[in-house]
Amino acid sequence: MTSAGSGLTLLQTCALSLLVFTGASQFALVGALAAGGGPVTAAAGAFFLGVRNAFYGLRLSQLLALPRAVRPFAAQWVIDETAAVSLAQPDRRSARIGFVVTGLSLYLLWNLTTLLGALGAEAIGDTGAWGLDAAGPAVFLALLAPMLRTGTERAVAGLAVLLGLGLLPVLPAGVPVLVAALAAPAVLWAQGRRRSTPRGDAPEGNR
Amino acid sequence: MNIWIAIGVTVLGCYAVKLAGLMVPAGVIERPLVRRLAALLPVALLAALTAQQTFADGQALVLDARAAGVAAAAVALVLRAPFLIVVGAAVIVTAGVRALGG
Repeated sequence: MTSAGSGLTLLQTCALSLLVFTGASQFALVGALAAGGGPVTAAAGAFFLGVRNAFYGLRLSQLLALPRAVRPFAAQWVIDETAAVSLAQPDRRSARIGFVVTGLSLYLLWNLTTLLGALGAEAIGDTGAWGLDAAGPAVFLALLAPMLRTGTERAVAGLAVLLGLGLLPVLPAGVPVLVAALAAPAVLWAQGRRRSTPRGDAPEGNR
Repeated sequence: MNIWIAIGVTVLGCYAVKLAGLMVPAGVIERPLVRRLAALLPVALLAALTAQQTFADGQALVLDARAAGVAAAAVALVLRAPFLIVVGAAVIVTAGVRALGG
């Protein structure tokens, strides 16, 4: 992990992975601290990157229908990967299984690699050399594809890609993805307008 | 000490937002508009993340071997290839293009 180079102790590095468990936020925090940022500024950046998990939670709570008592424990596993896998499942049973299996295996793997990395073991080596850095987006793409059933989803995805890439160079890390989330209400709003105009009923795909 | 403060604030903040989404009352979620929105938000987030992981190098946009790999994954998806083939195609094509100096 990159933590070692920024003055974090082994305990602090592992505490981050165990308790934060949102990769992007962890890297942002470590990076900001390494750059000499104050603790609150660094934490604010990490927090921004974590906000999108709330949106996943909103959808997952419908999908998984978890008892209230279980939710505080399930919450720690609400991240990009678990949301993507759960949402790609056809029914509630497999969505629950997908959530638990993805959550548990990632939690164990993530914390194990953090420990190994912090101990200085070059366990993985240079992932870039092998093309493994393309596996992440390919997995997301494969999980996203079945969700793009109608024109609405495709419009949302297309707009989100434009916003996410277009704003990347100009906004701080984590913010472009949050702005891209606005593609969802924007497309819904545009559709609502189109439906309420009596004559403007252009064909809007196969809804 | 400062580092522990930063860690503590991040831990609490990140956990709070995760829990917040899950704890929204069922009554609110059942409303049709919220339902539609909650279904579309992950689509927007995952699409933006996929694009960024493909084209972002820090805060710069680049076109490198990853784009070829993800394009190969997209082709495999269109051909209805199984999940592992899709991911494998991305890895192999990316490594191949990189080996060719792309």
